[in-house]
Amino acid sequence: MIDKARFPVPAEVKEELIKKYPSKVARKRTKQIVINHPDPESMPEIGANVRTVPGIITQRGCTYAGCKGVVLGPTRDILNITHGPIGCGFYSWLTRRNQTRPPEETDENFMTYCFSTDMQEDDIVFGGEKKLKQAVQEAFDIFHPKAIGIFSTCPVGLIGDDVHAVAREMKEKLGINVFGFSCEGYKGVSQSAGHHIANNQLFKHVIGNDDTPHPEKFKINLLGEYNIGGDAFVLEDLLERCGIKLVATFSGNSSYDAFANSHTADLNAIMCHRSINYVAEMMEEKYGIPWIKVNFIGAESSAKSLRKIAAYFEDAELMERVEQVIAEEMAKVEEVRSEIRSRCEGKTAMLFVGGSRAHHYQDLFREIGMKVVAAGYEFAHRDDYEGRRVLPNIKVDADSRNIEQLTVEPDPERYRPRKTEAERQRLKEQGFEFSDYEGMMSEMERESLVIDDISHYESEKLIEIYKPAVFCAGIKEKYAVQKMGVPCKQLHSYDYGGPYAGFEGAINFYKEIDRLVNSKIWGYIQAPWQKNPEITATYAVK
Amino acid sequence: MLLRHTPSEVKEREALVVNPAKTCQPIGAMYAALGIHGCLPHSHGSQGCCAYHRSTLTRHYKEPIMASTSSFTEGASVFGGQANLVEAINNIFTIYNPDVIAVHTTCLSETIGDDVPQIVSKAKDDGKIPDGKYVIHTSTPSYVGSHVTGFANMTKSMVNYFSESSGTEKDQLNIIPGWVEPSDMREIKRMTGMMGIKTVLFPDTSDVLDTPQTGKHHLFPKGGVTIPELRSTGDSRATIALGQFASGPAAEALDAKCKVPCQVLDLPIGLMATDRFVDALRKTAGVSVPDAITDERGRLVDLITDMHQYFYRKRVALFGDPDQLIAMTEFLVSLDMLPVHIVTGTPGQRFEQRIREILKHDVPQVNVRAAGDSFLLHQWIKSEPVDLLIGNTYGKYIARDEDIPFVRFGFPILDRVGHSLFPSVGYVGAMRLIEKFLYAFQDRQDRDALEEKFELVM
Ligand code: SF4
Ligand code: SF4
Repeated sequence: MIDKARFPVPAEVKEELIKKYPSKVARKRTKQIVINHPDPESMPEIGANVRTVPGIITQRGCTYAGCKGVVLGPTRDILNITHGPIGCGFYSWLTRRNQTRPPEETDENFMTYCFSTDMQEDDIVFGGEKKLKQAVQEAFDIFHPKAIGIFSTCPVGLIGDDVHAVAREMKEKLGINVFGFSCEGYKGVSQSAGHHIANNQLFKHVIGNDDTPHPEKFKINLLGEYNIGGDAFVLEDLLERCGIKLVATFSGNSSYDAFANSHTADLNAIMCHRSINYVAEMMEEKYGIPWIKVNFIGAESSAKSLRKIAAYFEDAELMERVEQVIAEEMAKVEEVRSEIRSRCEGKTAMLFVGGSRAHHYQDLFREIGMKVVAAGYEFAHRDDYEGRRVLPNIKVDADSRNIEQLTVEPDPERYRPRKTEAERQRLKEQGFEFSDYEGMMSEMERESLVIDDISHYESEKLIEIYKPAVFCAGIKEKYAVQKMGVPCKQLHSYDYGGPYAGFEGAINFYKEIDRLVNSKIWGYIQAPWQKNPEITATYAVK
Repeated sequence: MLLRHTPSEVKEREALVVNPAKTCQPIGAMYAALGIHGCLPHSHGSQGCCAYHRSTLTRHYKEPIMASTSSFTEGASVFGGQANLVEAINNIFTIYNPDVIAVHTTCLSETIGDDVPQIVSKAKDDGKIPDGKYVIHTSTPSYVGSHVTGFANMTKSMVNYFSESSGTEKDQLNIIPGWVEPSDMREIKRMTGMMGIKTVLFPDTSDVLDTPQTGKHHLFPKGGVTIPELRSTGDSRATIALGQFASGPAAEALDAKCKVPCQVLDLPIGLMATDRFVDALRKTAGVSVPDAITDERGRLVDLITDMHQYFYRKRVALFGDPDQLIAMTEFLVSLDMLPVHIVTGTPGQRFEQRIREILKHDVPQVNVRAAGDSFLLHQWIKSEPVDLLIGNTYGKYIARDEDIPFVRFGFPILDRVGHSLFPSVGYVGAMRLIEKFLYAFQDRQDRDALEEKFELVM
């Protein structure tokens, strides 16, 4: 048993978490629960991107969710048709809070619509291709979009509908770009497979379709930023003030044309490494655009990321402008931060979300003096935990092997290395890192707990043992956590709050955490008569 | 304009559904299963469906929705899900220890043709199901019917698995409440309690999906119909099923299996449907209606007479689930309102017939569609505007674009609270609905009033 009087010992906690499991499950989970050592030499290997144990109450979703919901969902002018029974399309309809801002009132925006082939029994028995073609035709006739995406759900893969053939045929017939995604829910072990599939298809069918150059000097793409609660709006504004041209964001507040033109940028800056490192890699191979990892969650990280981008361009004027913006913003941040820190200092937090957020948001907690005692990802791979240096050692299993791996070659005309080898070398010598991500564990404290694909049972145990001041997860976890008397902050949809990116976002987040951990309501859970059950009064009704 | 691409002209579509007014079966099965005490719903398929269903139910009820999944990956999809389900059953009983696991299929396990009862009996043979524990199942292919069908199927499975007739009649009534809110189930129990009738309500999500904040999370809260209660439904004197679509199949199954006579009534939403419900309770149980209930009814009628001017001949568009819409349409007519456009996503000719029947005098030209979508409804509204829109949360986009007062009603409601706490059924529920209609109209009137027309007394 855990001695609750002293601070929990991670090894004992781990034992407690897996004690109740059947031995086969325990063996598996033990690899996915590790006690952190941040330095690369002694960093433990974590089990990640492996199947969820059947019967476990898991946080995870599916490939379709990662593909349609996460990556393509935030793009307003691709008309996305879900090919399948009605549910999948229905649930992914507007539920991720990706905000979008079309330039004009009349410009295309299909995000408020849900399109589905609503397959019926007959379609399952006799095949749904005909219906799909008809649906694409009807969508074209009513909406006249410039592009249509088709998303496969579980039964589509099983009955063998060829969505790619339908897409080719309809592309030919309608003269607009039509492409399909084989993102059946059962592919892969989580949403992660869907991100990969989405990126492959965007790369094949959209990126590079428009060569119009931009006159600006410093042109970047922002990758893995999905504009939940308006995050991308903040970053767009921030970059503009620094004089940096944002060619495309994948895919927050995005448009088809921006994707098509994104290969004209000179740098790819990656926010969510998990969901999108594929695009960065392929763009580098094909067009010669280097990529760097950035993080705009947290004021310090935002400053660091801006400096990193400026350093890449090696331009004194840009650097100066960036410093100016940072100074202005930091002054505003500081004003709020110190006050909030005085109320939050020393409190503890846990984060179990996504494939990058559980890492990024730790910075925000650190800035207000809070300690993250446990964290983990819902669907990350080992490299997101341990850093990209482990990539060569990751075993590819059957569930990853069935996801298409594109072979990318330099584009004969458009490949243009943005930096010469000598320039890269020079930058590296100044400590600049290309194509690297060190993972979450290198930035977490020694002896903190790192848990992959946490189960409901484990999170309840953790809360019981640590009683954290705040627990960050998603909607499925939220109310169970709160019933335990611990506030839960959703880091996927932000609980209707946000933005949390950039400096403005940091201020919002500090305030939000302050509100949560210092709310009076948690003190009222017990009624007065429960706190003090003995009757001491001398007068009582007989 | 958020739905800026919706043209007013309707072109019939054969293949494309736009902005559905329904979702898939398993979510309904999951909700129904939560109304059994000590039950963990289990989704047999890939984990994405389960995640989506839990998320949507959580957003609607603002409560923890616990459910497990067989977590299929490609292997299971090819070779069948037996190994996954057997392993899941073992893990669930070991880790979470429910009294019942209620398995429902998804379109994946349905399409590959997994035989769930056979797999469950294998699990039983392998000793994976502890004594006194149960695994029940229902088949919920998402390409048939809708979420309402899934609810009906799981409720029917409760009968198939548990109802028994011992030969001795029990002095109790079964009530199958349909897919209504925990607050509605609570209200139904309050009413039958006032009438002194012993009932078995199944499923029953009150005290499961409206639990108090206590500082503890109970995976299995105190509410829900118990297994002994479910067993005893076969001995009940009669069954009253509310809502043909959601409750009819279970009631009929119970009649066929245990010869418990059933009446299928409309959901008791609004004055007349509640009257029929109370009257049926009275006659079936052989009790008289207490004055307290007649007084509630009187207060409702009083409210309607007092506020009638706000309702008279107001045009309404509504979308949602068939049982709710049928009762609501009749209620609106009783208020002298005109329901002119009505859409449900759930298929069923019977729905259109019922609606036309209810409206034959007041709105003979009604636009009504089963297996329709809210895109169609919006197009109808564009051509023939309305004064009020009633529907689930997704209606807020139409309401904003067309500037129509909007009352949230149905499933899912993702952006407001109250539905799970305050009833819509019974006389009290009807008063609450009226309050909502009134506020929608009166807030609009105040908002739009010229200064000289802005009035204190209304
Ligand atoms: S795959 Fe089927 S069961 Fe799952 S969410 Fe989609 S429609 Fe529903
Ligand atoms: S952090 Fe997670 S939820 Fe967010 S985009 Fe990345 S993979 Fe998706």
